[in-house]
Order: sequence, then structure tokens, then C-alpha cells
Amino acid sequence: MRREIPLIITISVGFLAILSFFSPPFEPLGEDFTLFFDIIAVFAFFLGGGNLMRVHIDKLIKRKKDWGFSIVTLVGFLVMLVAGLGKIGAESITSDITREGLFSTLYYNVHLPLGSTMYALLAFFVASASYRAFRAKNREATVLLIAAFIILLGSTPIGQMLTNWMPEGMSILEIPNLAVWIMSSPNLAGQRAIMIGIGLGVVSMSLRLILGIERTYLGKDSG
Amino acid sequence: MRSIITFVAVLSLCVGATALAQTDSVLVDSAGVTPVQPPPAPVTNLQAVDTDNDHGHSITLTWDLSVDDGKGQNNVLSYQIFRWFPSLMDQVDSLRGERSNARSTMRAFRSDIPRAEHALNELREDPGKLESIRFEVSIPADDSAFVLTTDYAITALQDTIAVMTARLPEIKDGLEPLQIRFEEALAQLPEAHNQYPNDGDWEYLGAVVAGNTSYENSGSKDFTAPDFFPDYTDLYYRVEAVSADTTLRSEAILVGPVHSSGQWFHTGKIPVLIFVLVFFVLTVLFVQVAKKGKELYVRPLAGIEAVDDAIGRATEMGRPILYVLGLGSADMVATIASFTILGRVAKKVAEYQTPIIVPCYDPIVMAVAQEVVKSSYLDAGRPDDYDEDAVHFVTNLQFAYVAAVNGTMLRELPATNIYMGKFFAESLLLAETGALAGSIQIAGTDEIAQIPFFIVACDYTLIGEELYAASAYLGREPILLGSLKAQDWAKAAIVIIAIVGMLTTAFGWPGFAEAFHVSG
Repeated sequence: MRREIPLIITISVGFLAILSFFSPPFEPLGEDFTLFFDIIAVFAFFLGGGNLMRVHIDKLIKRKKDWGFSIVTLVGFLVMLVAGLGKIGAESITSDITREGLFSTLYYNVHLPLGSTMYALLAFFVASASYRAFRAKNREATVLLIAAFIILLGSTPIGQMLTNWMPEGMSILEIPNLAVWIMSSPNLAGQRAIMIGIGLGVVSMSLRLILGIERTYLGKDSG
Repeated sequence: MRSIITFVAVLSLCVGATALAQTDSVLVDSAGVTPVQPPPAPVTNLQAVDTDNDHGHSITLTWDLSVDDGKGQNNVLSYQIFRWFPSLMDQVDSLRGERSNARSTMRAFRSDIPRAEHALNELREDPGKLESIRFEVSIPADDSAFVLTTDYAITALQDTIAVMTARLPEIKDGLEPLQIRFEEALAQLPEAHNQYPNDGDWEYLGAVVAGNTSYENSGSKDFTAPDFFPDYTDLYYRVEAVSADTTLRSEAILVGPVHSSGQWFHTGKIPVLIFVLVFFVLTVLFVQVAKKGKELYVRPLAGIEAVDDAIGRATEMGRPILYVLGLGSADMVATIASFTILGRVAKKVAEYQTPIIVPCYDPIVMAVAQEVVKSSYLDAGRPDDYDEDAVHFVTNLQFAYVAAVNGTMLRELPATNIYMGKFFAESLLLAETGALAGSIQIAGTDEIAQIPFFIVACDYTLIGEELYAASAYLGREPILLGSLKAQDWAKAAIVIIAIVGMLTTAFGWPGFAEAFHVSG
């Protein structure tokens, strides 16, 4: 029964979801299922917080490898939790903690700058990844390199300056126009092909789940 | 001078001629003094139908333009639409309002009584708290010199509590009969509509500007809503063409009775239904073929074939495998596909006795992933090797999650990193850090914008649909491979239909492509 009950739930909800798509009277069911999911998600926050505490306290007590980081994690978690729930530094209990108090101070002065820093690292990672990807090791990589070079140049004033001498009849060969063509024709065609594949994959995957063919998520290999 | 006189004379003649020409198209009143514009001509061919596929939520009115709209007298500014309502509707609205007011008053009293009592107790205990109590004391509105004192506040609060406490049961008792009257009135609505044109009146619904030939009167199926739209009830509409002077309006054209009712099937989605049925039949067919033992060929995927090697490499190196489920929630297909792959990977990992680390972004995903990994260890016959901390929650903040996972990569130096699921801006941050740490990396996502990042930074990438197929490939079970075969056939059919659609449209026969149009 441990596997049959989840399977029955999956199959019934799957068929109801299909019904809600095709039958107008059942349309609100889709919204209801989203609501059920949101309700479950609220309880899951306790689950996540509890797991975080358990894993790091255990690491700390047993002095496992890199236990020092667990202190930072636990202190950060508890300080934000207490600052938020206790509304520390806020004028009154009805105050909006996203605007005043310790919680908002920590959020805007510690969390946001740290997040922005992580995001900013992307610029350097893009540079290193591009360097690796654009090495003309084989024919495909060479095509990639040329296409990327045209798009990069086409997005800058230099691209325009380099080829604006071309006569009207050959304007398609101007670098900015070439860049637009690459993005709107071969690139878009490739993306749409992938999207059609994804659409079919989603239908196929959903059918496998609804029909009970795919049961790996229940922890059993075969049907 | 002569030329000026000639110019003025010619001008006068022109003005006179123009005035004469205009009098051709205007009427002159009985006194023959003020010109009167005739009203615009009415609309023609007015029709009202229940709107398709909206489950009876609206009626669509269509008409042919007035002959004076954009031509003729060219004096139509808009079309005004009216609907006939029985007088019972006023009673229904009034009862609905009373019912709603009673409910909100009850809610307010239930919340205010304890707050007022709390404020009263605070004042009794400490009169100095007059300024800080969290309940507004009513003060005389007409006395500008009034000064609020503690004694006054205590008396006012006591009175307010007494009034609210006394009124609450009265309202509660009155609510049930009110509800009964409201429902009775609602039940009489269809019959009242049948009395048209007696005992009712036309109400203005709205207007559309000249040139438009349709109007949708929509409403709610919730009988408690003010715009309740009843099913199977005779509805009558009236359309008038109106000129800039709103007193000048055409003869009213009536239409009705028309009913709205729910539809059990959305006819605009027939092509989708046909496709789903065909795909369903293909899947069942190929699964049956596979069950009979026929060998099914499916295109090999390098990324999937590398999974076994990557796990073997981790075992040889004595290092863990890092499995990242992405930032998707548990209801996303990409995350569900990732669970199935995690199940296969975890089983292999359990067989090889290699550690696995699964840092999670979403608590629900974590709970499911824990079950999947635990079950895989059980299936592999090594339940004791399962480490409860292997699948753990990190954070649900995107870049904090990246920082934590990158830290794990650089400290634990996993031999293999597997990224499967929904990824956004963090994809390159994770994959580049993994590449720097020297791990073999296999990624798969259905986020088109992130696929290029994974391709450049990972050793193997599953593109789009390959992510969904990965579990079937890993298992190599005939039944699952059968569904993949059906997918390939459906893809081939789509390619053929797309090419035929392209050609038929190019050769001037768009009917083929339009047959696949999906609405709603």
C-alpha cells in the first residue's frame, strides 16, 4: 500500500488535471490544486528550517569536517528568525518588518549586497566559459566562434562602423544585420525545435506518470 | 478696389452655395428656423448567442453597422447596449447587500470586541496608557474643544463593547432568515425573466465606439456576486446607435430571449484532444510491443551513457557525487524528471558504495528527494548505508544557494556533478565552479536560455526533452523505452504536419494550418 496510495493519487490528480483543461466546468480544479500545493508549501518551510538546524547542529556537535561554517549558518539563521518573528527594532508589533527594524536592516545591508556580489561573479564566469567555448577545436566550435564574434560585434558601435560603407544592395552583410539574422533565423529555429521537443517530452513524461509506467519517484525501478 | 469687391462677392457666393448644399442633408424644424439633425439609422441583423467555451459566463451580441456609421450621415458615435432586468432584481441586489453587510459587521464585531476589552483592561490597570491603546475611541465629532480623558475613554469603550455584544447575536440570528429570503428571490429570477416585458426595466450595460459590431455581456457564476449571470434564464438585449448629441439615438433594436449555459467540452481545444489521444494510443501500442519482447531501438544519448562512467570514476577516486535538483518546485515536470534520474543514480551509488550529496533549494523537493534516495538504497539492498544528511535543505534564496553549493564543490571536490532540473541565472555559476574544481559534469534542463551555459561549462548536456527521457534510458526497461518510441513517432508526425502546413499556406491554402488552431 505504501506505493499504491501515492500512485492512485498521482493517477487521479493527473486525469482531473486533463479534465480541467478540456472541460470548462472543471477549470477551477486547476486553481484549486495550485492552492493545495501552496498550503503544503507553507508547512514545508518548517520542514526545511528543521532539517537545516538538525544537519548543522549535528555537524557542530560531532565536530565534522568544516564545522566552523555550520556556526555561521546557524547564527545567521537564528538571528534572522528572531529578528523577523520578534520584530526587533520595529516600532510596534504591527510594524512592517520589511521596512523597519533589525530584519530589514540585515536584509538590505547584508543579504542583498551578498546576493548581488554572487550575481556579479557571473560576468567573470561568462568570460572564462566563453574563452573555453570559443576555442576553434573543431568545425562546430569554429562555427560557434564565428557566430558569437558576429553577434558580439553586431551589438556594439564598432560593428556598425566596420561595415556601414557597404552599398544598399548588400546591407544584409552589414555586421549588425547579420547578427539580427543569426538571432532571428538559425537561433530561433533551433530554439523552436527544442521547444517542440520539450512540449512532447512533457506530454510523454506526464503520460508515463499518469499511466503509472514511470514509478522511479516512488522508489521502485520497474512497474 | 474692384478686385477686392470681386473677391468678396465670389466668397459670398461660395459660402451661400455651401450652406445650400448642407441644407440638403438636414431637416428644418416646423418654424423653419433651427436645423435639426435626424437620428442615426439603427443597427441591423442583431444577434445574441451564448459565448462559446466560457461555461455560460457571457452572451455575445453581434450586429451589422448602422448605415450612418462611417458613411451616410456619418453621425454614429457609439452603440449603447441595454439589458432587461425584472424588478425582482432590485430586491435580489438589496438582499445581497444586506447579507454582505451583516456578514462583514459580524466579522468586524468579533475582531473588535476582544480588542476593545483588551484596551479597556489596559486603561483600568494603567490610566497613563491612554495614548498607546490600540483601539480607536469614538469622540464627539461636533466639539472641537473636546479633550480625551481616561475616564471618558473607559466609559466610551464600555458602551462600545456593550453595543457590539448586544448587536452580535441579533445580527447572527437575522442572517439565516436573510439567507433564506435571498435564495428564494434567486430561485424566482428565471420566472421573473419570463415575464418580459412586464414588471421590469431596461438597464444600461455599456457602449462600444462606432465601427464595432460586437459586445460581450459577461458575469460571474457565483450567485452571491453582484454580476451573477444565471443559467437557462430568458435574457433580452437592446442596442441603440447614438450620435454625439446623446438625445439623438436610433430606434432601439431588440433581441431575445437568449440563454447562457455551461459547456462540458471546450470545442476550441479539439486539436489538442486529438493529439493527446493519438499520442496516448501510440504510447500504449509501443508499450505493448515492448512487453512482447520486441527490441526497440532508441537513439543513444552520450550524456546518459556517461552517468555510469561518472559514478564509476567517483568510486575509483573515493570522492562523492554531487546531485543538484535545480531551483524548480516539486510540481514542475523538470523536477519530477530529475527525481526519476536521482532514483537511478542513487541506486547505482548505493551499489558502488559511493557517497552522494544532494543540496536542496526547496523543502518539498528535499522531502521527496530524501524518500527517493532512501528507497533506492533499499532497492539496492543497502538500507544501512543511507546517510540521512546526504539530502539536505540549504536555502530558498537563489544566490545564497549558489554560494552554499559552490562552497560544497570546492571543499568536498566531488568527482562528478550532476545538474538536472530547472535552472536559471545560477546555472553558469554552478557549472563553472564545478569545472574549476575538476569534476566531470553532466547537466540537463528544459530552460532554453540556460542550455548554452551548460553546454560550454559541462562535459555532457541533456538538451530539453532528453531530460525527460533520461530516466527511461538509464533503466533500459522495455516499457519505458516504448513510451520514448511513441515520442519519436509523434515528433516525426509534427515535423511532417509542420512542413505540409508551411507548403499549403505558401501555396494559398491556409485551411490546413487553420485546422490546427487552438483557442482559449
